[in-house]
Amino acid sequence: MRIHEHPILGSLPDTHLVTITVDGRPILARSGEPIWAALMAAGIVVAHYTHTLREPRGAFCGIGRCTDCAMTVDGVPNVRTCVAPVQEGMVVETQDRLEP
Amino acid sequence: MNDVDILVIGAGPAGLAAAAAAGTRASVLVADEHGAPGGQLRKQIHKFFGSSRHFAGKRGFAIAWELEAQARAAGAEFALNTVVYSLQPDLTASLAGPDDTRHVRAQRVILATGASENAVAFPGWTLPGVMTAGAAQTLVNLHRVLPGRRGLIVGSGNVGLVVGFQLAQAGADLAALVEIRPQVGGYSVHAGKLRRTGVPILTSSLLTRAGGAGRVQSAVIARCGADGQPLAATERAFAVDFICLAAGLHPASELARMAGCDCRGDTPIHSPELETTVPGLYVAGDAAGVEEASSAMEEGKLAATHALVSLGRLDKRLGLKDMAACRDVLAQLRGERRLEAGA
Repeated sequence: MRIHEHPILGSLPDTHLVTITVDGRPILARSGEPIWAALMAAGIVVAHYTHTLREPRGAFCGIGRCTDCAMTVDGVPNVRTCVAPVQEGMVVETQDRLEP
Repeated sequence: MNDVDILVIGAGPAGLAAAAAAGTRASVLVADEHGAPGGQLRKQIHKFFGSSRHFAGKRGFAIAWELEAQARAAGAEFALNTVVYSLQPDLTASLAGPDDTRHVRAQRVILATGASENAVAFPGWTLPGVMTAGAAQTLVNLHRVLPGRRGLIVGSGNVGLVVGFQLAQAGADLAALVEIRPQVGGYSVHAGKLRRTGVPILTSSLLTRAGGAGRVQSAVIARCGADGQPLAATERAFAVDFICLAAGLHPASELARMAGCDCRGDTPIHSPELETTVPGLYVAGDAAGVEEASSAMEEGKLAATHALVSLGRLDKRLGLKDMAACRDVLAQLRGERRLEAGA
C-alpha cells in the first residue's frame, strides 16, 4: 500500500512510472525505487523459496545485508531486490530453490 | 592506485562529520554504498533533540543535508553507489562503484560503517512479513509504502518506539509493542508519543511464535516472568500481517576485521581518540559501539581531528583542544542517556 498522504512528508510526489513484470503479472512501479518497494506496494511479500526445505522468504533487513529478498531479475538469480532499483520492462521472478 | 589523505567509509552522521572536520586540511574521499549520503539519518523523519551543536529541532533527513553540505563545502569528495569490499592492514582499500573498480591507498582511514540490526529467533521468524524495524522504517519513510495493514513491534528501545510511532503516523494499525523486560527501554518522550497513538506497550511480555501460510498471519504473545520465560495460560493471539523486530544493533565490523583490528565482540578495540589496533585506522559512530546520531557526529569529528594532527595537518595544541571538547561533549551525552535510562 502506497502512503499517498503523510503528516510530515506531505503528498507523495509525482514521478515517472515504469512497468515491471512479476511472475508474468505487470506491476506499476515508481522510477528509481527498489524492486522491493514496488512489490510491497502490490502486496507481494514472497521473494524466494529456500533450497532444502522450500520455505518462503521475504525482505528482512531492507538494506542489502541479509539476502532474504533475493529474486531472479532479468534472468539473473540472487538479485537483492531491497536495494536494486526498478527499470522499465524488468522481468522479476520468484526464485525457487536457488539459494542466495 | 589513487592516493588520498583520509578515506572515510560510510556517509552517515559519523562519516559526514569526519569529512566536514577534515576536508579543508586534507584530501578526503567518502565512500558509501547508497546513492545519497546521510546513512540512516535519511529515513529519520522526527525532530532530534539535544543541543544546537547536533542540530536539535531538525528532522533527521534535514540533518543529513546539512552535514553533506558541510562536508562538500570543506572539499570532501564522494564516491556513492560504491561498496568498499576490501580493506588491508596497509590501509589499501578496494572500491566497487557503478562504473568501475578502483584501489585507494589512504594515509588514514575512518571506518564509519554504522551498525546492523540484531535478529530474534522464534518459531515463525523466517516467515515473509517478519522484518527488522529498520526495514519497516526504510519502507515507510523513504519509499512511502506500508509493510502491511496491521503489525506488531518487538522491542521498546528507541528504534522500536520511534518506528512504531512512525508506522502509526503513516497509517498502519499496530496491535501492540511487546517488551520482554519489565520496563520500557527507550526514552520516555518516544514511549509517550507511541502511547498517545493508542498503541499498547506491553512490558514483561514476549512474542512466542508467528504463524501463517506463506506469510505472517498471526502473532502469539505471552506474559513473562523476570527470567524471560512465558507464564502459563497468558498467551494471546493477534491477527497481524507484519512483525517488526527492534532488538538492538551491533557494530558493522566486517572491514575492521578484514584489516586486522582486534575486536571485543563486534566492537573494534580503540583508543580514546578512536584509533584501532591497526595504526592509522579509526572507527567512529555506531561502528565504534552503538550509540546514537549526536555521539556519532562527535566521534567523527574526534577521529578526524586526531588523524589531522597525526598527519601534521593541524597544529597539535589546537587539535588537542578540539579533541578535549569532543570528549567532553561525548561524556555529557553519555551521562544524559544514563539519567534518562534511570540508571
